[in-house]
Amino acid sequence: MRLYCLSSHPNKPCYVLRFKEIVMMLDCGLSAQTALNFLPLPLVPSSRLANLPAWMPQDTVDIQLEGELKECMGRVFVDSAPEFCPPLTNMIDFSEIDVILISNYSSMLALPFITENTGFRGVVYATEPTLQIGRLFLEELVEYIEQTPKRNQAKFWKDILHLLPSPLCDSFKPKTWRLLYKLSEVQSSLSRIKVVGYDEKLDVYGALKVTAVSSGYCLGSSNWVISSDYEKVAYVSGSSTLTTHPRPMDQTVLRNSNVLILTGLTQTPTANPDTMLGELCMAVAMTLRANGNVLIPCYPSGVVYDLFECLSSHLDNSSLSTIPMFFISPVADMSLGYSNILAEWLSNTKQNKVYLPEEPFPHGYLVKTGRLKHYKRIYSDGFSTDFRQPCVVFCGHPSLRFGDAVHFIEQWGNNPLHTVIFTEPDFPYLEALAPYQPLTMKSVHCPIDTSLNFTQANKLIRELKPSTLVVPQSYTIPPPNHAHRSELVIDQESRYVISIQRGEVVSLAVKRQMAKVSLCPTLADRINCSEVRSGICLATITAGLYVKDNQHKILELPDETPVVPKKRRLSKSEGESSSNSMRYEWGILDMDLFIRKLKQEGISDAKVEQNNSGYIIHLQEEDTLIQVEEKSTHIYCEAADTQLRLKLRNILMQCLSSF
Amino acid sequence: MSEIRVIPLGAGQDVGRSCIIVQIGGKNIMLDCGMHMGYNDERRFPDLSFIVAEGPLTSFIDCVIISHFHLDHCGALPYLTEMVGYSGPIYMTHPTKAIAPILLEDMRRIAVEKKGDGNFFTSQMIKDCMKKVTAVTLHQSLMVDNQLEIKAYYAGHVLGAAMFKITVGSQSVVYTGDYNMTPDRHLGAAWIDKCRPDLLITESTYATTIRDSKRCRERDFLKKVTECIDRGGKVLIPVFALGRAQELCILLDTHWERMNLKTPVYFAVGLTEKANNYYKMFITWTNQNVKKTFVQRNMFDFKHIKPFDKSYIDNPGAMVVLAPPGMLHAGLSLQIFKKWAPNESNMVIMPGFCVVGTVGHKILNGAKQIEFESRQTVEVKMSVEYMSFSAHADAKGIMQLIQYCEPKNVLLVHGEAEKMEFLKEKIKQEFDLDCYMPANGETCTITTPYRIPIDVSLSLLKAENSKYNAQPPNPKNARVIHGVLVVKDSSLCLMDVDEACKEAGINRHIIRFTSTVRLEDPSPPSKTAEKLYKLFKEKLVGWNVGLTDGSISIESVLVKVEGSEDEQKNVYVSWTNQDEELGSSILEILQSMGHVS
Repeated sequence: MRLYCLSSHPNKPCYVLRFKEIVMMLDCGLSAQTALNFLPLPLVPSSRLANLPAWMPQDTVDIQLEGELKECMGRVFVDSAPEFCPPLTNMIDFSEIDVILISNYSSMLALPFITENTGFRGVVYATEPTLQIGRLFLEELVEYIEQTPKRNQAKFWKDILHLLPSPLCDSFKPKTWRLLYKLSEVQSSLSRIKVVGYDEKLDVYGALKVTAVSSGYCLGSSNWVISSDYEKVAYVSGSSTLTTHPRPMDQTVLRNSNVLILTGLTQTPTANPDTMLGELCMAVAMTLRANGNVLIPCYPSGVVYDLFECLSSHLDNSSLSTIPMFFISPVADMSLGYSNILAEWLSNTKQNKVYLPEEPFPHGYLVKTGRLKHYKRIYSDGFSTDFRQPCVVFCGHPSLRFGDAVHFIEQWGNNPLHTVIFTEPDFPYLEALAPYQPLTMKSVHCPIDTSLNFTQANKLIRELKPSTLVVPQSYTIPPPNHAHRSELVIDQESRYVISIQRGEVVSLAVKRQMAKVSLCPTLADRINCSEVRSGICLATITAGLYVKDNQHKILELPDETPVVPKKRRLSKSEGESSSNSMRYEWGILDMDLFIRKLKQEGISDAKVEQNNSGYIIHLQEEDTLIQVEEKSTHIYCEAADTQLRLKLRNILMQCLSSF
Repeated sequence: MSEIRVIPLGAGQDVGRSCIIVQIGGKNIMLDCGMHMGYNDERRFPDLSFIVAEGPLTSFIDCVIISHFHLDHCGALPYLTEMVGYSGPIYMTHPTKAIAPILLEDMRRIAVEKKGDGNFFTSQMIKDCMKKVTAVTLHQSLMVDNQLEIKAYYAGHVLGAAMFKITVGSQSVVYTGDYNMTPDRHLGAAWIDKCRPDLLITESTYATTIRDSKRCRERDFLKKVTECIDRGGKVLIPVFALGRAQELCILLDTHWERMNLKTPVYFAVGLTEKANNYYKMFITWTNQNVKKTFVQRNMFDFKHIKPFDKSYIDNPGAMVVLAPPGMLHAGLSLQIFKKWAPNESNMVIMPGFCVVGTVGHKILNGAKQIEFESRQTVEVKMSVEYMSFSAHADAKGIMQLIQYCEPKNVLLVHGEAEKMEFLKEKIKQEFDLDCYMPANGETCTITTPYRIPIDVSLSLLKAENSKYNAQPPNPKNARVIHGVLVVKDSSLCLMDVDEACKEAGINRHIIRFTSTVRLEDPSPPSKTAEKLYKLFKEKLVGWNVGLTDGSISIESVLVKVEGSEDEQKNVYVSWTNQDEELGSSILEILQSMGHVS
């Protein structure tokens, strides 16, 4: 069994597992962090961005490079359509992939890069919410990029990486970065997804069984159990033990696996999600009281549902219930709609509301009462008339490089009354804000990441008791910005831990010993068992093997089929056993019994000699030697004397036990 | 051979009070627990005393599975759990769990308050009963205990209807409940994978019908409705609050919209909005079309359909009223029917199947006068139309489902005996399958082949595989596996002889024979060996003959040539006891040669 790591980001994972000749991709996450190196794409042309000074390496005049790089407050940005770093393409041929398993909607954004124009012919498995909400994420991303096209694409800066300032010079292989896919590629890629339910047993070419189990992280998020007859691999990616809106994590089936691959732990290990939520509510209320607006850059689904719920009730309690909340995303209506029909994927409390029947999330009600208003875009009908200040605006994209958030930052950036609150942990907030500096609007960092933290993960590992644990390399050392926090790692004591990072392949020593087959009952009836020790019986079988869809059946051999392929002649002396009833001898030869039997058969001139390893019996008259050892008997005899040989054989077989 | 036993307590050659007991692999499963709409006495519930004469059933039944929320499938559930006594697991889908208690409560109210039935379950019993229910999702493999596994499939029919596959060991049964193989205006078609169950228990309501296309039926329906309202008549459509009602509402609403009709359409369900809310909430259970468009326009927000009030019964002029219940056996639809029946310009359209004994069944069979318990009689002058809108599979659909899942046996329930007989013959003819149709209380036994799962050592399998793959491909060649079966405790494992000895903790005793043959050949021993090698290859077709370091090997038989350059060569032939046949014949070949040519 081998595991390949194709992604550098443990929260946007991409692995390939080779097991029983099946090639299985686990997640295909796309980190949008490369986008941070690019200038924002404003909806309305921004003179500030347009007038940023061009940047050139010192003592270099490269005409081709002209216009590619711009500087803002000491940071250099690429002025071009943003590019993304897809999973490594040189480790595995994507056309070989049989199955892709997707854990949740946030780790599938590279799917079109994998399945489109690569010769991919496999099948993709994901839960219904993963498909529906993943579609929203993909469509939103594509629309954000496409609504603000850039005329030319910068590429020459990639040739002079060594001359560029940090962090641009540290970019990983920027030449492999790619422009985002097209909407048509998204559609065709999603059409390959086969929807699965939790605890549904999927058969992969008869060789493996694959099951999704709830991971508690977001709507429809799943961990995967990949098993053969006797081996089990658990892939745990993006799990949460906190109680929010999704179905709770299911741990039972993950227990006692041969291999546990663990990834997608919290990106903000020092921030407690509940505390952060509290701080966010306070910050919002404070800003609103001061007549400022709040911008919360967000993804179109996920924690944002909890924010609507908590914030609206907090505002009610702070007598700010007249403040409107705006949710702006090309897929806002779909996101709000879908979340309320996916009851079967929700926590029990939310699920029980459906039986009343009430909508599981309060945002439907908030929309009905006008507290929460949603628009596709800032220029959608009604937005400018409905817009009132102060207000709370939820919109994308959290990287602040594209989407409507760019517009609000540009608009509100120089007013200290307003606040931008960062909740999504995917992007370092200072990096996100870098191209907008100097900024006078307040910025608050309240990352809410419900994924497992290190304490929870270590506890989980102890409970799951895997034989082998595989974790991203970054989990074996404390995070760079908390280098002294030695508790922020995965425990490696008392357990076999393998770490892996992008570009690496590890062999997982899972020794497969047994496979399950089915034995046909008529054959079973004819089996002749010999008890060799109390409780242990042996039976020699020669039978037909029938293999279909990687499933084996053992059947009786049809009579007309010779066990041994045809031979022209091979006389059968009578009483000769056919191989169908072939037996194996075992145990030690009882010399006294053997000699006695020889005498009975008229061979009385046996001369027995004892040596180191056993006995040598010499039949002088017949010129035959029998060498008897503990585990073997060897008869050397004249070729011509078949009668004697068969006689000896019979005697010997009478003296030995067999099965 | 092992067996699966099926005993229908209801729905055996009958429609109503579905309740089927299946015995499989030592487990007893109750499929559905419905009530009969045609009876008001003890016959309305399945005869649970069949299982045990008295007392709770928990120890006799491993689990209860409810296929969908129709009362003839779940109506006796509170009776089972709260009155007879059963505290084991109950499974149904989420929408069924949501909607069933509403229908149960509705029925209870009619039975107790209107008919004054004393011996009936209470509201609290319904609530307590529903608390015991575990909701399942589609395709989820749910382990009831460590042997019994159930899995739900989409069945169409009504919101949340499911077919269930029950597996114990190597035996499996699929129970369809009610299903529909053609998508309608709001639901998709039933689907099941090729799971090859030992037994398929299918409903057969429309065993002999092959229905025309849905579109034609819809057109006929609208035509009849408009004809009636054009002549100023009133149209009564008895429906159940949930299910067909929503489909007809979508149909009428779109038609009214398109034709710009003004005649009032009423939907007489107190819980109209609530009912429609369930559909909105469980939109993932509807069809693709509804699912796709629900964000823009929810199909269940009706523009032309207004709530009904009882005072409208006597309103003059044309109107269309959808009123529950669907078989005209009680409640509002029956009340309206009594008022409107004597007027010939009115019309009643029965959009679904009616159980024997109900008013619906009587008028469909042409009854012109209906007598009621209060000795009141009603003349039926209004026109009576039957439109099969109930979403059951027709004969074609049933055959299609059999094709989908490829069962080894078929058992028909939930249909009328004569019609079943017809379908049974057809199934036998077309699929060459055994088909059964037990009556209520009759036990039906199906034998199933029995498979013995054993383990095989992987090295043995791999060795066979590489040997097989080394041969030229020939599908006629049987693959042969040879090994030793180790029976230890209750485990069965096939392995290579050496592994087996090790596992059993014994030593093998190898018997080997060696004989010498003298041959005349002037060439050096290595050449002689090569010549013999060629000879054996020629003579022993199909055997794997190898030549290494001057010795020839065929299975465990070794042939070695010794001697100097002179004529005489000693050829040693050595073989183990297991290859006696082969070894001795090789020896014979050599002996008969005398010299190598």
